[in-house]
Amino acid sequence: MARKITIDPITRLEGHGKIDIFLNDQGNVDRAYFQVPESRGFERFAIGRPAEDMPQITSRICGVCPTAHHMAATRALDDLYKVDPPPAAKKVRELMYNIFFMEDHALHFFFLAGPDFVVGPQAPKAERNILGVLGKVGNEIGLKVIGMRKQWRELMNLVMGKAIHPVFGLPGGISRSITKEDLPRFIKTADESVEFGQFALKLFNDIVLKNPDYMHHITSDTYTHKTYYMGLVDKNNRINFYDGDLRVVGPDGKEYVKFGGRQYLDHMDEHVEPWSYIKFPYLKNIGWKGFEDGADSGIFAVAPLARLNAAESMGTPLAQENYEQYFKICGGKPVHFTLATSWARLIEMLYSAERMKELVADPDIINPDFRTIPTNTPSEGIGVVEAPRGTLIHHYRTDDNGIITKANLIVATQNNAARIAMSVDKAARGLISGGKVDDGILNMVEMAFRAYDPCHGCGTHALPGEMPLVVDIYDRDHNLVRQLRQD
Amino acid sequence: MSKPKVAFYWCASCGGCEEAVVDLAEDILKVVGAVDIVFWPVALDFKREDVEAMADNSLAVAFINGAIRSSEQHEMVELLRRKAGLVVAFGSCAHLGGIPGLANTFRRADLIDEAYHKSLSVTDGNGTEPLEKTEVPEGTLTLPKLWDTVKTLDQVIKVDYYLPGCPPPVNLINGAIGSILKNELPPPGSVLAPDMALCEECERRATKPDKMAQREFLRPHQIKADPEKCLLAQGLLCLGPVTRKGCGAACVKGNMPCTGCMGPTSHVVDFGTKALTAMASLVDSNDDREIAAILDQIADPVGTFYRYSLPASLLHRSYQPEHAKGEK
Repeated sequence: MARKITIDPITRLEGHGKIDIFLNDQGNVDRAYFQVPESRGFERFAIGRPAEDMPQITSRICGVCPTAHHMAATRALDDLYKVDPPPAAKKVRELMYNIFFMEDHALHFFFLAGPDFVVGPQAPKAERNILGVLGKVGNEIGLKVIGMRKQWRELMNLVMGKAIHPVFGLPGGISRSITKEDLPRFIKTADESVEFGQFALKLFNDIVLKNPDYMHHITSDTYTHKTYYMGLVDKNNRINFYDGDLRVVGPDGKEYVKFGGRQYLDHMDEHVEPWSYIKFPYLKNIGWKGFEDGADSGIFAVAPLARLNAAESMGTPLAQENYEQYFKICGGKPVHFTLATSWARLIEMLYSAERMKELVADPDIINPDFRTIPTNTPSEGIGVVEAPRGTLIHHYRTDDNGIITKANLIVATQNNAARIAMSVDKAARGLISGGKVDDGILNMVEMAFRAYDPCHGCGTHALPGEMPLVVDIYDRDHNLVRQLRQD
Repeated sequence: MSKPKVAFYWCASCGGCEEAVVDLAEDILKVVGAVDIVFWPVALDFKREDVEAMADNSLAVAFINGAIRSSEQHEMVELLRRKAGLVVAFGSCAHLGGIPGLANTFRRADLIDEAYHKSLSVTDGNGTEPLEKTEVPEGTLTLPKLWDTVKTLDQVIKVDYYLPGCPPPVNLINGAIGSILKNELPPPGSVLAPDMALCEECERRATKPDKMAQREFLRPHQIKADPEKCLLAQGLLCLGPVTRKGCGAACVKGNMPCTGCMGPTSHVVDFGTKALTAMASLVDSNDDREIAAILDQIADPVGTFYRYSLPASLLHRSYQPEHAKGEK
């Protein structure tokens, strides 16, 4: 009996998503569709607003990664006004950005995806959450995570005004900086962050890498896609979240193209499907070939898995050691295993900690020269950063008075949208057969998207909806035959 | 006695309100100790059906963030309203409409058009846009319909209390939860924040002139603001005088003007009108043309004065298309 399974809405991610799985008469999966059911229209209501308000307005695309939108917008304003911020401004921005990365990556690992690893993918539903994680690893570790996150948030509040929806980015610099008196707190937190990064990787090593069942899932074909990978790199092809060029490697790991953010329209285009509000970016020069992997399909991935593949090294010593071990254990470069994203995320967290340490040791970090007042007439600006969830592009056109006339936003989760859709489809095909479906299996279908840490608030600049998960199973005549709940 | 049951839920918002709850840090363990969180979709796997199965009024309180702009969200908040003794509108979007409310200066069709047809990076769209119903080879896929108009929470259900801010400051969240647990609540309809203007808690208060006399309004990128001096006195459009306090003047501490996310005090009907008249009254001229020229320096009056409150304002929709009138 053919039937449709609807998972609506999916859980433990930011924003709303829905999965429709179509089964054939044998109870095997014909196709699973991953849908994003909302849209907010930031591109439209940006029009008529002053460009300098964009870092604050677009941060409301996402309150989970507001700093990413704030920073992409701020860098687009530098470009818009053709103003080069003083070194102190660039370094403080990069410092705050790396603190934000740690906080965001920690949130994802411990609160959102972590329960699947730490508590287990088939654990009772009521335990697959942060409280379950605390139960498993103990309150001491829980308080350590909470305490570290609190320190990061306090430093963000101090410099950026607010950690959620920062205010400090301006064309040509920042509104306030770091004082000599503030510095000892930054140094202390940087040291503790490096320790914390190592601690999180050890936890992952003990719980996941030493568990053959988890490693079997991570490396299984069910969670594997061979696509292109994109990420920002510096001049030496080392990872960088704040600045650099976009490097794309092919499914074979070799460089396909490298370009500056201002050239994004030469290399990227977006495909629209009528069944989802999210758009599907692809590599323009290869083209949209449908939801297919391989070198002939323009689909690419972003975020930690992609960034590690796209870069040639991490650029900091401890992260580099872990990077090498990661590729060794995963069987060489590039790594195509979607679930390895969680490991890559923790390696990035350690990189950010080490980068924080380097930046707070730089004398420029407390240099009071942190603003250049723009004097050029604005016309067009493009800003590219790596959000925790991947490459983020803000592109504005303005009139001579700096009022927005056109805004284009390509957001991290959008860039991953096609691969996420494929991952959910493939996981459903790999995990469901003969009509056998239960809560654990469905959670493992959800793990296929959760690895990407998708943010549909961002992806569609959308109105996130409700999160509960219920699966209704209908027969071919749309009669409800069974209901499954994760409760 | 069992612990009071609490729900957190999000509608049209960015997730910042959820982050603000996480930012309670170790205090969240106290909250978990004092109440049973029975619904918090971003972090816990409890489902809509669990809420449906609850007896009416069995939830002590539902904290709802985000504006309302789809029937799906409308259904969910009506459900939570039935189940909860108290509903708290949590954050600017639920309270006043928030930044998503800026969409109310445009029609839904305009938003769709810009994103799917006129986007610089959609060159092969062939006119495709998301549809409520799509036939695919395997069956039918559906998407919810979005309303044309963004609404505040109290425009669709009865709201008992409001927690202002984008997002609400952590100390106010803690205070609200504390007053609910101790049953020390102010009269229904109250905003759970101090009822005084932001200037009152601003560290630069002493530098605010007794009588402002504005010859020009500056945009933040045009000056390097003095970090000690009143921003309004420096010519920046700081909305501190008309905004409710409670955030510790966080943006001003960041050396940027207050943009009004905490909304007005209880004495004000329409935040944007109040803000606009307050700023206009500062203009130091008696000549009509000169006054107009000075006010023309305010580049975006709607986005400046109604940044978080357009859906709650008297101007909440410039044009109500026929088909949107039936939307609640």
